[in-house]
Amino acid sequence: MKRERLWAGLFLGPAVFLIAGYLVYPAFVTIYLSFFDRNSTEFVGLDNYVRIFTNNAMLTALKNNLLWLVTFPVLTVGLGLLLAVLTDRVRYESVAKSIIFLPMAISFAGAGVIWRFMYTYRPVGDPQIGLLNQIRVALGAEPVAWLLERPWNNFALIAVGVWMWTGFCMVVISAAYKGIPRELVEAARVDGATEWQVFRHVSLPQLLPTLGVVMTTMIINCLKIFDIVYVMTNGNYGTEVIANRMYKEMFQFRQYGRASALAVVLFLAILPFIILSVRRHLREERSTNG
Amino acid sequence: MDKRSLNFGQGFVHLVLVLICLAWILPTLGLLVSSFRPAHLVSNSGWWTVFLTPFDLTQYTLQNYQDVLTKTGIGKAFLNSVFITVPATILPIFIGSLAAFAFAQMRFPLKEGIFLLLIGLLVVPIQMTMIPILRLYNQLGLAGTFTGIWLAHTGYGLPFAIYLMRNFFASLPSDLFEAAYIDGAGPIKAFFLLALPMSVPALASLAIFQFLWVWNDLLVALIYLGGTQDVAPLTVALSSLVGSYGQNWHVLTAAAFVTMIVPLVVFFALQRYFVRGILAGSVKG
Repeated sequence: MKRERLWAGLFLGPAVFLIAGYLVYPAFVTIYLSFFDRNSTEFVGLDNYVRIFTNNAMLTALKNNLLWLVTFPVLTVGLGLLLAVLTDRVRYESVAKSIIFLPMAISFAGAGVIWRFMYTYRPVGDPQIGLLNQIRVALGAEPVAWLLERPWNNFALIAVGVWMWTGFCMVVISAAYKGIPRELVEAARVDGATEWQVFRHVSLPQLLPTLGVVMTTMIINCLKIFDIVYVMTNGNYGTEVIANRMYKEMFQFRQYGRASALAVVLFLAILPFIILSVRRHLREERSTNG
Repeated sequence: MDKRSLNFGQGFVHLVLVLICLAWILPTLGLLVSSFRPAHLVSNSGWWTVFLTPFDLTQYTLQNYQDVLTKTGIGKAFLNSVFITVPATILPIFIGSLAAFAFAQMRFPLKEGIFLLLIGLLVVPIQMTMIPILRLYNQLGLAGTFTGIWLAHTGYGLPFAIYLMRNFFASLPSDLFEAAYIDGAGPIKAFFLLALPMSVPALASLAIFQFLWVWNDLLVALIYLGGTQDVAPLTVALSSLVGSYGQNWHVLTAAAFVTMIVPLVVFFALQRYFVRGILAGSVKG
């Protein structure tokens, strides 16, 4: 027994040391620093937090994160579900899936360039080189500066996020969809249910736990969103989000207190989902052990 | 259901799928095509116009790639990315597998509690850790160094690596290990000669995941490597090109494609393992 503990210590040692050093300890320090001024020398109480909820630039970041939160998870999970069901019904399933899944492999920085090019704007009369404005012009509309028009430019950024993450949702949901016992679906069909009824009353209830997991992952993703905004607009023109604001407070303004408070706000927003995933793990452990 | 409505339904399925697939592939296709067009064409006509005369080879060029690799620092950044990514993939997988083996095969106090903490840490935003670590790095001289970013990626990647490998090790038949222990093998032998060789598929999934994660990372590199161009990986170099080359699309598209080529090859060659990794742990910090 004593020997086993010694071995466990040896196997765990490096990991515990690094996780404690890179995640646990700094997280506590960040909470501590969030109550101090820009240089972490003077205690300022809740001042940094009060500023987050009163300063205009900070509020814009919070509002934009909220906009991401109410659109991005629904769009990615909804499209992912639609694609999981539709690709199951065609012969070119694997090709279609590869195409949708492909953006997952590339960086947000690369995707940022791809989409800045898609959104390129040229004045009326000049040849358009961005595909989206070319489509508008071909349909008789005027070209739009997609990344400048508030508040719609936020949707232009969210679209990039959806393009990148829908494949992830599709892959996970598709695996669950294929796991639904065929007999259940066939039985409903034999009973005369329409395809929609089969989906609504047989498949969907079976998919709910998976949809929950994927939705949680997407919510966490969009709360932490940074790269897309950094590359596409750098948070200008009213598109800033919490993570970008924090980066600016840290590197441009050297406001370490405010930056720490922003990180804590981000953490608190994610905390319910951390608790959720810990509880889900406990439930799963119990159901596999008992 | 009668046959006609079934056909109508199936036709609709094809229509929706083809439209979505087009919307998904066209942005990348536009980038790829533009990266092979000369500057004056890229800025004066849409990339789709090449399809009017696709076999007119004079409208294509490799000049953009030559310029990007020699004049913009993207070539150096490519080497930096390789130099950052390889150790930052191997380290967390090795250290994480060791810990995962302890969680799956050994008894020690507080095991369940520590593992729950790990699950929570999977999704803790790294923003919570950046300021204290950066300050420490500045004191220790680790900011702007490869060692610093290797260790940071290892620390951040460990919870996921341990989570994934622990679940895999736990699914291996325990009789096998018991038999090995009875034969006098120690934990080190059991780990290196039994557990690791049997886990090649899981290790492959994890390696692809961590590799793409590090290769595509922008935030961690921005924070711990700062603006130093000598050590900047592709993502950082590309986003600073966006700042300085704003509308020079022939340069930007070629540069972007250089950053994407390795992930795309990995993706097409090893998609199966990638998907498996995603399914095994659909949470990643």
